[in-house]
Amino acid sequence: MSKAPGYRDELRSYVVGIVLAVLLSGVSFALVAWHPASLRTTLWVISVAAALQALVHFRCFLHIDLSRQKRDDLSLIVFSVLVILLMVGGSFWIYDSQMSLMQPSAA
Amino acid sequence: MTASATRRHPGLNLDHGDEAAQLQTEELMFGFWIFLMSDLVLFALLFATFGTLRHALAGGPGPQTLFELGSAAKETALLLASSFTFGLATLSMKHEHATGAVLGWMGLTLLLGAGFLGLEVHDFVSMTDKGGGIDRSAFTAATFALVGTHGLHVTFGSLWIVVMMIQVGLIGHRRDDSPTHAAGRRKLVDRVHNRMLRLALFWHFLDIVWIGIFSFVYLGGLAR
Repeated sequence: MSKAPGYRDELRSYVVGIVLAVLLSGVSFALVAWHPASLRTTLWVISVAAALQALVHFRCFLHIDLSRQKRDDLSLIVFSVLVILLMVGGSFWIYDSQMSLMQPSAA
Repeated sequence: MTASATRRHPGLNLDHGDEAAQLQTEELMFGFWIFLMSDLVLFALLFATFGTLRHALAGGPGPQTLFELGSAAKETALLLASSFTFGLATLSMKHEHATGAVLGWMGLTLLLGAGFLGLEVHDFVSMTDKGGGIDRSAFTAATFALVGTHGLHVTFGSLWIVVMMIQVGLIGHRRDDSPTHAAGRRKLVDRVHNRMLRLALFWHFLDIVWIGIFSFVYLGGLAR
């Protein structure tokens, strides 16, 4: 029986995850609370921090990595993200251009 | 069994040499991942709806008036903490700590989840009080739909935690409690483990969806 070994390693994965998650969301909240940067920079940092934090959660909490054992789960996730990017990106593309075409001044 | 096989699924000891049980776990987990990803598509489309309608205020109040940064920060902290405590619950289960430890971490997760839901209800009430109820504009409708769907998921996740606490309490989570472990009982314990693993995926997954909500709905709306 291998009981004790592994516990600390696995605990570390969760601790690393929570620390990184707190840092990343902390940066986003701090930028909005004290707005030290321009709106454009703030929105970019928030988006990048959100993407990074999602990766941290997948890696540290959901234990998805590049190992062979996780290959099926990973391909499923990557494919779903691709579908989502097409649908969400496509929606924004269509609705934003429709919106700008419908402005009275556009004619 | 090698150490890497033991670590394949956090929360479950797969080093009992039961190949059939291991394969079944793999299959159950993959099936649950398919459900989670279909759920993610649902959330993504609610995000797309929100994104395209975020400026459609119809003369009503916008995010700067309706959203509270402090409340969103507290919700984020509670949900993050609950993800961590649920991780500790699965770890104590896998490493066969006392049943009380497993139940304790689950109970703490439940409390944090309940705190999150309480704050969310407070948000919805205060938005409605400020004249931004669900039927005020396309923007408020999309916000309530997206955030509310996540809240509903957390609600059902909390119910699931209660159900699993009862199962862990009644059936236990240790295979090797007694040398005369009946095969049937062991099967029950395996089943409890598998359910806990899926609940863990569900709970951590909801935290990922929340990253999108606090970043793009709350922070995106409040940034100046």
